[in-house]
Amino acid sequence: MTIADIVAQASAPGQPRSVGLSADECLKCNVCTTACPVARVTDLFPGPKYSGPQAQRFRLGSELAPGSGRLSVVPSPDRSVDYCSGCGFCTTACPADVKIAEMNNRARGALRSGRRPRLRDWLLGQTDLTGRLGGLTEPLANWGLHNRLVRVLIDRILRIDRRAPLPRFARRSFRSRLGRHWRGRWSANAPAPATSVVYFHGCAANYYEPEVGQAAIDVLERNGFTVIVPPQVCCGLPLISNGLYAPARGRARSNIAVLAGYARAGYRIVGTSTSCTHTLKAEYREMLDIDDADARMVAEATWDICELLVDLHAQGRLDTRFGALDRTLPYHAPCQLRSHGIGLPALDLFELVPGLRAIDLDHDCCGIAGTYGLKSEKYEIAMAVGKPLFERIRAGGAEQVACDSETCRWQIAAATGARLRHPVELLAEAYDAYLAAEP
Amino acid sequence: MARMTGPTRLPRIVDVLIVGGGATGAGLLRDLARRGLRCLLVEKGDLASGTSGRYHGLLHSGARYIARDPQAARECIAENAILRRIAPATIEETGGLYVATPDDPDDYVDAFADRCDAVNVPCDDEPLAALFRREPALNRQIRRAYRVPDASLEPWQLVEANLRDAADRGSQALPYHQVVGMERNGGFVSSVSIADLRSGTIERVVPRIIVSAAGAWAGRVAALAGIELRMSPGKGTMLVYNQRMTDTVIARCKPPGDGDIMVPVHTVAILGTTDIPVEDPDHYEVTPAEIEDLIYEGEKLFPDLRRMRILRAYAGVRPLYAAAEFARSGELAGGDRAISRAHAVIDHESRDGVANFVSIVGGKLTTYRLMAEQTADVVCAKLGVDQPCTTADEVLPGQGSGRGYYWLGDRLAAHEATGGGDAALICECELVTRPMLEAFLDERMPCSLDDVRRGTRLGMGPCQGAFCTFRAAGVMAARTGGTVAAQAEPVEDELVAFLRERYRGTRPIAWGRQLQELWLSTGIYWGALGLDAFVSPGSEAGDGHG
Repeated sequence: MTIADIVAQASAPGQPRSVGLSADECLKCNVCTTACPVARVTDLFPGPKYSGPQAQRFRLGSELAPGSGRLSVVPSPDRSVDYCSGCGFCTTACPADVKIAEMNNRARGALRSGRRPRLRDWLLGQTDLTGRLGGLTEPLANWGLHNRLVRVLIDRILRIDRRAPLPRFARRSFRSRLGRHWRGRWSANAPAPATSVVYFHGCAANYYEPEVGQAAIDVLERNGFTVIVPPQVCCGLPLISNGLYAPARGRARSNIAVLAGYARAGYRIVGTSTSCTHTLKAEYREMLDIDDADARMVAEATWDICELLVDLHAQGRLDTRFGALDRTLPYHAPCQLRSHGIGLPALDLFELVPGLRAIDLDHDCCGIAGTYGLKSEKYEIAMAVGKPLFERIRAGGAEQVACDSETCRWQIAAATGARLRHPVELLAEAYDAYLAAEP
Repeated sequence: MARMTGPTRLPRIVDVLIVGGGATGAGLLRDLARRGLRCLLVEKGDLASGTSGRYHGLLHSGARYIARDPQAARECIAENAILRRIAPATIEETGGLYVATPDDPDDYVDAFADRCDAVNVPCDDEPLAALFRREPALNRQIRRAYRVPDASLEPWQLVEANLRDAADRGSQALPYHQVVGMERNGGFVSSVSIADLRSGTIERVVPRIIVSAAGAWAGRVAALAGIELRMSPGKGTMLVYNQRMTDTVIARCKPPGDGDIMVPVHTVAILGTTDIPVEDPDHYEVTPAEIEDLIYEGEKLFPDLRRMRILRAYAGVRPLYAAAEFARSGELAGGDRAISRAHAVIDHESRDGVANFVSIVGGKLTTYRLMAEQTADVVCAKLGVDQPCTTADEVLPGQGSGRGYYWLGDRLAAHEATGGGDAALICECELVTRPMLEAFLDERMPCSLDDVRRGTRLGMGPCQGAFCTFRAAGVMAARTGGTVAAQAEPVEDELVAFLRERYRGTRPIAWGRQLQELWLSTGIYWGALGLDAFVSPGSEAGDGHG
């Protein structure tokens, strides 16, 4: 072996580096810190370079190897990393491929490991549980969550900000409305993979916005797909963001157990929540260290719905018979979508709709970052992060704004008063407009 | 040394003059001071800037020497226990694991535990499942592991603590002071000339006894007294990794060789070492062959090693002593590694007829205190002082209260407690805050940036000074006073000298990200600031520890 061999092998593309080891790539150029929407508005978060590759060297090395779980035998030296929102812009911006956001997320997990979680964080992590309870107690739950006095109490007791945007529970969940769709695990009797897709609706479409799930089904069926809606639980991202890795692993395992059967059989898995799909694609491996063949299979089979539709279009297979939607439509690309690295497919699709004038709002983050902006100590930060976005929307005066991610939609709607819609809802509307216009 | 002048003042009279400011010299200064003697220590560079500051950071359990040097092993485990008691803040309780890779000989592996037993080194079988859970980066083909009480030990703080204890008892250490002459009066050294390398002045010191604790340089010091002492300095090269791929000292279950031990020290991990005889302890180079050898062997422990970032390569010289007395026994057939790691106190009265000259040679950092104790016993016997050694019982100053051992997260946790962030940092990589730098300068000015580095770890992280050197130089300049122009020149020299020193260690491993980092640094200092800092004037090996 010579130095030349060492150099060649050191820089050869190989398997992806573990999150911890990727700190080796940092040149301290500070591009990530410049890109950070949170560090820009508050001193409470010192920025991704500081909390990420820099602080990483003061954390235990056992995290460096791929597939390792962190030891929680020593207390975490961290504190300020709690103010990272986890939006992921740092990782996207890094010219050296440091997994900064993932590193910070793990540090937040370590910060909480070995301690009993705060009731608030535990509750915010359990979106499937709260969704189910809320659905059962609706309309009381909706009244409570939008009553000022109750919210003041929740703020005082739980530290969920009384001003933060909480969604409304749907009276009937998306799944309970499903009719003829195949809803089981994969079996040989399931509809054929070539003409079917597996829909991962996630918690938002199921408990809060069944109309988004319905729009997805409409659009997919319009394009000749049979939609399969297999059993599923929360993807686990809210748990991950709140540092609750152990229950998140449980969610991941049960989703993988179901979805891998489909992935192996050649089905594509499509989601309407860019957060859920990114979790299936990347975070099970990078955050939860689940890196087996099944998990990889699921990751590779997973698509964001707009990504899938753009792909269909590229193959000439997308039904482009859209009716006119004559309106100006500001569009906000959520952080989680950017982490997919698939461009902004919704904008490509909007171009196919006659009359629709989509405008890229071109702002990095609305501030909410999942559950971050709901917390009393972070609400003001989240609002400051999103402020330029809200101002742009208000100044434009549009009634509707499009955005792929549910929590962003709720945040922007609350901050601007606009009606927020998933891109697939607009596509479904445009298909309907075509049918209505056809004689 | 052009401005040196002759002695003008009355000579300084001391009980003992110690030559060499490494761990042994510092330990001896402390020991003698505690026995009531007034001593002076001189060191030609900064304190602990020689071998003590260029070692791998391992507090030996003794397990490394069980087969070839049982005496050294016994001394190591005894001193290991003592240092844990007297200097906990300089020690990280990493533990050590001796692992059997497929390349390691069965007979050595099988005999390991018994040999440890024989020399009282505690040794436990480590179940493989626990091993890989604890250290997941290890080679999965490792078939057996033993846990021993190795640890990592920070040399600069240790030396500093010894000197402070001595200073509290009226004994002084002078860095940048070199012995340039000794006056012999028959079988007696009557006075010693010492040059202050920074001011250029020479002072005469009259000691009752001179002890050379100059390590690899002991031959030269002895020569000044007309004594022939042949040292066999052995170069050991080490690689500094940007992050700790292990939190435990990992070594191979085999006779000690090259690249077979990884020591996590502070933020880095150090892969060591080679062992090559050198002629001159001041001039030696890290060669590509050594680096290849280290990585090739190191990969047997950590298969991913080649993809991990190396910050620098450096070498230290072991103060090996191959005196005729040792060499005669014919034990040197195994090359350098066959020379005993044990130490020897040489009383030059019986050996060379010089009554008040003693040399302490050989040894290792782990046993510095024992070496100091045995040397101090000889010195005290000569001076008729009957005071017991107390260095094994009294805790060193600055060890804090309660918390005990150093922990990797200490610095980050402390910085986080004040709000964290880069704004207060001079060195971002090693989290050196402005108050930390100011406190060091308060105590040590005038000093070099390299002294600051040893005292604070400034410039020892991945950017190797790219972002902290100009900041630290600015803080230093502001303290020198005078006009801006008057401040600028010496500080600019200092800045260039520091960057060159950093570059010396980076150059042998300049590939991948570290090469890119070097270009970034070049862009800052050469491109933006117009300093020609990256033309290395010499070819000495990089400085210690990264």
